[in-house]
Amino acid sequence: MAASRPKSLFRNLNAKIAAIPMILTALVVFTGGTIWTVAYSFTKSGLLPKWKFIGLDQYERLWGSRRWMISIENLFIYGACMLVLSFVIGFILAALMDQKIRFENTFRTIILYPFALSFIVTGLVWQWLLNPDLGVQSVIRALGWESFDFDPLYTAEIAIYGVLIAGLWQGTGLIMVLMLAGLRGIDQDIWKAAKVDGIPAWKTYIFIIIPMMRPVFITTLVIVASGIVKVYDLIVAQTGGGPGIATEMPAKYVYDYMFGGQNLGQGFAASTMMLLAVLIVVIPWAMLEFGGKKRG
Amino acid sequence: MADTAQNALSGPQGPKPRKRLSRNNILIYGTLIVVALYYLLPLYVMVVTSLKGMPEIRLGNIFAPPVEITFEPWVKAWSQACTGLNCDGLSRGFWNSVQITVPSVLVSILIASVNGYALANWRFKGADMFFTILIFGAFIPYQVMLYPLVIILREIGLYGSLWGLVIVHSIFGMPILTLLFRNYFTALPEELFKAARVDGAGFWQIYWQIMVPMSLPIFVVAMILQVTGIWNDFLFGVIYTKPDLYPMTVQLNNIVNSVQGVKEYNVNMAATLLTGLVPLVIYFVSGKLFVRGIAAGAVKG
Repeated sequence: MAASRPKSLFRNLNAKIAAIPMILTALVVFTGGTIWTVAYSFTKSGLLPKWKFIGLDQYERLWGSRRWMISIENLFIYGACMLVLSFVIGFILAALMDQKIRFENTFRTIILYPFALSFIVTGLVWQWLLNPDLGVQSVIRALGWESFDFDPLYTAEIAIYGVLIAGLWQGTGLIMVLMLAGLRGIDQDIWKAAKVDGIPAWKTYIFIIIPMMRPVFITTLVIVASGIVKVYDLIVAQTGGGPGIATEMPAKYVYDYMFGGQNLGQGFAASTMMLLAVLIVVIPWAMLEFGGKKRG
Repeated sequence: MADTAQNALSGPQGPKPRKRLSRNNILIYGTLIVVALYYLLPLYVMVVTSLKGMPEIRLGNIFAPPVEITFEPWVKAWSQACTGLNCDGLSRGFWNSVQITVPSVLVSILIASVNGYALANWRFKGADMFFTILIFGAFIPYQVMLYPLVIILREIGLYGSLWGLVIVHSIFGMPILTLLFRNYFTALPEELFKAARVDGAGFWQIYWQIMVPMSLPIFVVAMILQVTGIWNDFLFGVIYTKPDLYPMTVQLNNIVNSVQGVKEYNVNMAATLLTGLVPLVIYFVSGKLFVRGIAAGAVKG
């Protein structure tokens, strides 16, 4: 091969042609699309996008709407509970699986299978299980405990926790698998050293193993958190946002206004807020993770 | 001899040597079995209920096994269940999903693997920048890009069509798949690539004759990832296709959550199981490869 090729547009021409879809996606859809949406969130777009600048009006309306406030509140409740519970449960399960147990594959297969199912399927299943006339409540009442009450999906104040149960069922397996991979990456000598020093296992986990698994925790956190912000199908299938607007979520707000309510401006403003929320999580992580290193 | 003695003393390697039926072991297996039952319960309920007749469901509890097994709900879910628009069952959604999934998986994997190959072996100026944007794009909520994509697809005349949806799936699958392929190709020995270059092979020749045959495992992982992801998609299906092209998930939701008529739980659960069947089969058959696929999403670039 010629060692001194001229550095021109035509160098690596095939590679550049092959990368055209990637370049278009990165520039037109991801960058261009994002800028377009943010820009049009300052306009008076209704049924169709219209370039009529109205400043922050859409945002004022957004933050003044009860439905949006409930969506945000739900996102915080769901997000916080989901993160804490799925991490705690996922880690405990991973730790149990890491005890050189028998049937590890069987247990892992069972705990992870909901992750292969769609949110629609998950939402529908739990809609039935939490249905007071059909699911858990009716079964326990039929066993003789007449006053047993468990109908989260029909009680506005706690409906979001009904969604949480479904979300945990679907997502904890993923966290367990990632945590298990992290645990397997830890040097066995650490365990031996801790044992020689007479440190009990639970203390070893909390003070030695978990701090060592920081990178795994952070990566998992980013993946789970950016998934939580996007929650949409689960709500549509399980509650439809109800009862009333008790389980509305930001992603549903965006969809309903963009494609149902024909009020594009609201949809753009709401999605821009979602983008902002994700950036608050992702940017510090990216700086931590890739800040020092040159290779991405 | 010394080995056996030592093994007997220390047991299988692990944090702690212990007897088989120690308190600890009971605790571990007890917890895991309870958890496993909890995870299996919904699936069990669906299977059992889908095999019952409606009268039995009304009287009995949902955890009881069926007294009289009937496959009628399954037949009805497949070929007669009604959405608001038509009454030809989930089969329509199933074939739509097949039509959507097959080209989407092929196109997205082809594009992403070529991208990964170009990034790993044919680095050109600016390649890293595009790649960084792409990875960042994976975290941007789809909602921000939904409407611009509607406009783009409308401009090129593909809005509401099957191929429009294929393009959307290829775009949103690109970040993770490109990362997957780039990392895999980077890990292959560079000498192979160089030797092929010396022999005069070009970009596409090396790709088809060396890279693809050497990377079949990663192609399988990517396929598992994409088939389950695209099959389970709901949002893009609703937005970018028309009702007669709706994928199975959308049709399932329309059938089950339609307000008219009496709720036929057995038919609904059979329909739900049918929709979940494809990813479940892939999951149970692929086993460890599935785990590798989702773990691949978690490794940092």
